[in-house]
Amino acid sequence: MRTQSRRRPPRATLALAAVGTLLAPLLSGCWVGAGGAGSGGNSINVLMVNNPQMVELQKLAPHFTKETGIKVNFTVLPENDVRDKISQDFANQAGQYDVATLSNYEIPIYARNGWLHEMDSYVAKDPAYDEQDILKPMRESLTADDGKLYGQPFYGESSFLMYRKDVLAAKGLTMPAHPTWTQVADIAAKVDGAQSGMKGICLRGLPGWGELMAPLTTVVNTFGGTWFTKDWKAQLDSPAFEQATKFYVDLVRKHGESGAAQSGFAECLNNITQSKVAMWYDATSAAGSLEAKGSPVKGKIGYVPAPVEKTDSSGWLYTWAWGIQKASHNSDKAWKFVSWASSKEYEQLVGETDGWANVPAGKRASTYTNPEYVKEAAAFQEQTKEAIEGAKPNDPGVQPRPAPGIQFVDIPEFTDLGTKVSQEISSAIAGRQSVDSALKKSQKLAEKISKEYEGR
Amino acid sequence: MTATTTAPLATSPTRTARQPSDKLRAWATRAPLLPALVFMIVVTQLPFVATLVISFFDWNALYPKARHFTGFDNYQQVLSDADLRHSVWTTVLLTVAVVLASLVLGMLLALLLDRKFRGRGFVRTLLIAPFLVVPVAAALLWKHVLYNPEYGLLNGLLHYVGGPQPDWISNTPLLAVEASLVWQWTPFMMLILLAGLQSRDHQQIEAAKVDGASDWQVFRYLTLPHLRRYLELGALLGSIYIVQNFDAVFTITSGGLGTANLPYTVYQSFYQAHENGLASAAGVLVVIGSIIIATFALRVVSSLFREEASRA
Repeated sequence: MRTQSRRRPPRATLALAAVGTLLAPLLSGCWVGAGGAGSGGNSINVLMVNNPQMVELQKLAPHFTKETGIKVNFTVLPENDVRDKISQDFANQAGQYDVATLSNYEIPIYARNGWLHEMDSYVAKDPAYDEQDILKPMRESLTADDGKLYGQPFYGESSFLMYRKDVLAAKGLTMPAHPTWTQVADIAAKVDGAQSGMKGICLRGLPGWGELMAPLTTVVNTFGGTWFTKDWKAQLDSPAFEQATKFYVDLVRKHGESGAAQSGFAECLNNITQSKVAMWYDATSAAGSLEAKGSPVKGKIGYVPAPVEKTDSSGWLYTWAWGIQKASHNSDKAWKFVSWASSKEYEQLVGETDGWANVPAGKRASTYTNPEYVKEAAAFQEQTKEAIEGAKPNDPGVQPRPAPGIQFVDIPEFTDLGTKVSQEISSAIAGRQSVDSALKKSQKLAEKISKEYEGR
Repeated sequence: MTATTTAPLATSPTRTARQPSDKLRAWATRAPLLPALVFMIVVTQLPFVATLVISFFDWNALYPKARHFTGFDNYQQVLSDADLRHSVWTTVLLTVAVVLASLVLGMLLALLLDRKFRGRGFVRTLLIAPFLVVPVAAALLWKHVLYNPEYGLLNGLLHYVGGPQPDWISNTPLLAVEASLVWQWTPFMMLILLAGLQSRDHQQIEAAKVDGASDWQVFRYLTLPHLRRYLELGALLGSIYIVQNFDAVFTITSGGLGTANLPYTVYQSFYQAHENGLASAAGVLVVIGSIIIATFALRVVSSLFREEASRA
C-alpha cells in the first residue's frame, strides 16, 4: 500500500506536468499576441483593412521587398475588426504593428492621443516622395491640432452627383454645371417615373454614421447648419439643421428609391445600375463601378459637383491613409513602406500590372495628368479631382467649427452619436416618426456630448 | 467513477492509510479530463472574469488616459438607458416569436415528413437547406433577394399579378427580421421533432387505433406527450441561439426602426462608442438575464408539460 501510494504522486504530477506542457505554448501564444514582440530583423508589420486596393497592394508587395530588402508581414481584416484591433494595439502602444490603415476620421484623434509618429520630418528628407503633389484637402485632413502631418493617403474620395444623361435629355432637362439642392429636387420630381419603375434620386437612408449620416451632414453643412457651434453647443434642433433634414427626408420620401431606410452605398449602386433611379448623390469612388466594363449604364452617366445651397462646395472628404505607430522601433523602415505605397511609382505599377481603373486614385494631382489614367477614367476623373480639391475639411459650413470634418465631427464620440442620430432619421425616412421628433431626440443625445466638451 | 466502485473494499482497518490512495486514484481518473477543463476555463471563464472587471471601469478606448474605476456606474447607466431597455424588450419579443413560430412550423413539417412518400429523402434535404445557409448570407438573401422593394422577389411577384408594392422592411421591420429567422430555424426544430416522432412506439399507436382512437386523439394523447422533451429541447436551444442573434438585425435593418436587440446594442457600444466598460456591463447583464430566464423558463415549461402528461 505504501509503496503504491508513494508511487502515485509522481504519476499525478506527471499528468499535471503534461497539462502544463500542453498549455504552455497556448499561453505563451497569448502573451506574444498581446505583448507584441514586434517585428525583428529586416521586416515590418502592417495591419490593413481588406478593401480591394489593399489586397492588390499585398500582391504587389514583393516589388517593395525586392527594391528595399524589407519584408512586409500583412494582417488584413474587415473594417470593423481592423478598427478594433488598431485601437487596441495603438492605445496600448504595444508596437506589434508598425503601420496601419487609418481614415481621416481617426488620424487627428489618434495623433491627439500621442499614438502616431509625425511624418513632417520624413517628408522633408524625402523629396522624391513629392509631398506637394498630394491634394491639399488630403494633407489638411491628415494634419492634427498641433499642425503636424500624421498620415499619408493611400486613396481618397469626395462626393458628387451622378445622373442619367439620357433620361434627363429625354425629358428635355439640363443639369446645371453647379446645381443647387433646390434645382436637384426639382429635376428629381420631373424625372420620377421617366421610365417604368424609375425613381428620381437615390439617397442613403441606412442607419450608420458612415452611411446615412455622411450625405445628410453635407446637406446640413450647405444649408447653413452644423452639429455643434464653435463652443460646443449642440445645434440639431436649430432651424438650419431642421430645414436640411426635412429637405433630405422629404426628397427621399417623395422621389427617392423605395426601401430607402435600408439603402446604403451598395443598394444605391445597385439601383442606379439597374435603372431604378435617375440620379444618385454619393461617393466619387462609385463612378469606377458605374463606368466599369459590363456596367449597363456605362457611358450614360453625367457627373456634377455636390449640390450646394449656402456654401460654394459641399462634397465630403474621406481617405484611407497610412499611420505609423509611435512605439514602433522600425519607423524608418515603416516610412519607406508608406512612401512606396503612396508614391506615384506605385500608381504606375498598378496601372501597368492590373489596369489603370484599379489605381488607388484621389490623392495626387499627378494622377490626373497621367494620360493613361485620364484616358481610362475620362468620364469622371476631372469631376473627382475637382470635388476633392474643393473639399474644406476645416471649414465645411457657414460657421466656425469646434473640430475638423465635413461629413463627421472629428471627436471620438461621433461614431456613436452619429449612428444613434442616423437611426432616428432613418426611422423618419421610413415614415415611422416625424423629422421633428427624430431631431428632438437627437438633440438630447448631442447635448450630452456638449456637456462633456463645454469649457474643455 | 472507479473511486465509488472500489469504496466497499475500504472497510478494512487500513482505511486511514488507504484514503490518500483513493484520492489519488480519483485524481488519476480525473486527469485526462483536466486539459479540456483547463482549456475551457482559459477560453471561457477567464475572459468572463476580465469582462466582469472591465465592467467596473469607465474606459473609453479612445481616451485611454481617462480610464478609472467607477464601481457600479456602468450598470446604473445601462439600466437607466431607455434605448437599452427597449432593446431588452425587442430581444424578448424576437426570441419568443421566432421560437414559437418555428416550433409550430417545424412540428407541422416533421409530421408531414414522418409519413412515407416517394422522394422523401429529397424533400427532407430541401427542407433542411435553410439551416445550412451561413446566417449572414441568409440575412442578405432576405434583405436583397426577397424584401427589396425595387428588385426583390416578393414585390416582383406582386407586380406580376398587379398587386401593391409595399416596402416590407420599413413597414414591418421586426416582423421582417423574424420571418427570416423563422425560415432559418424551422428546419432545426423540424429535425429535432422528427427524431422524436421516429422514436415513437408504434405498437402503442396501433393499440390505440385498435381501441378506436381517432388520429387527433393519437396525436393529442400519445404523440404530443412523447414529443414533450423534444419540444423542450428545441425551445431551449432555439432561445439560446436566437437571444444571441446578431446577423439578421445587423444585416437587414442595421439596428434601425426599433429592431436593435441586446447583442446589437452591445456591439454598438463597443464598436461605435468605444465604451469598453459600458459594453462589458451590458454583456454581463445579458449573461445574468439569460441564466435567470433559461432556468425559470425551463422549469415552468417542464412542469407545465408534466402536469399535462399526468392529467392525460
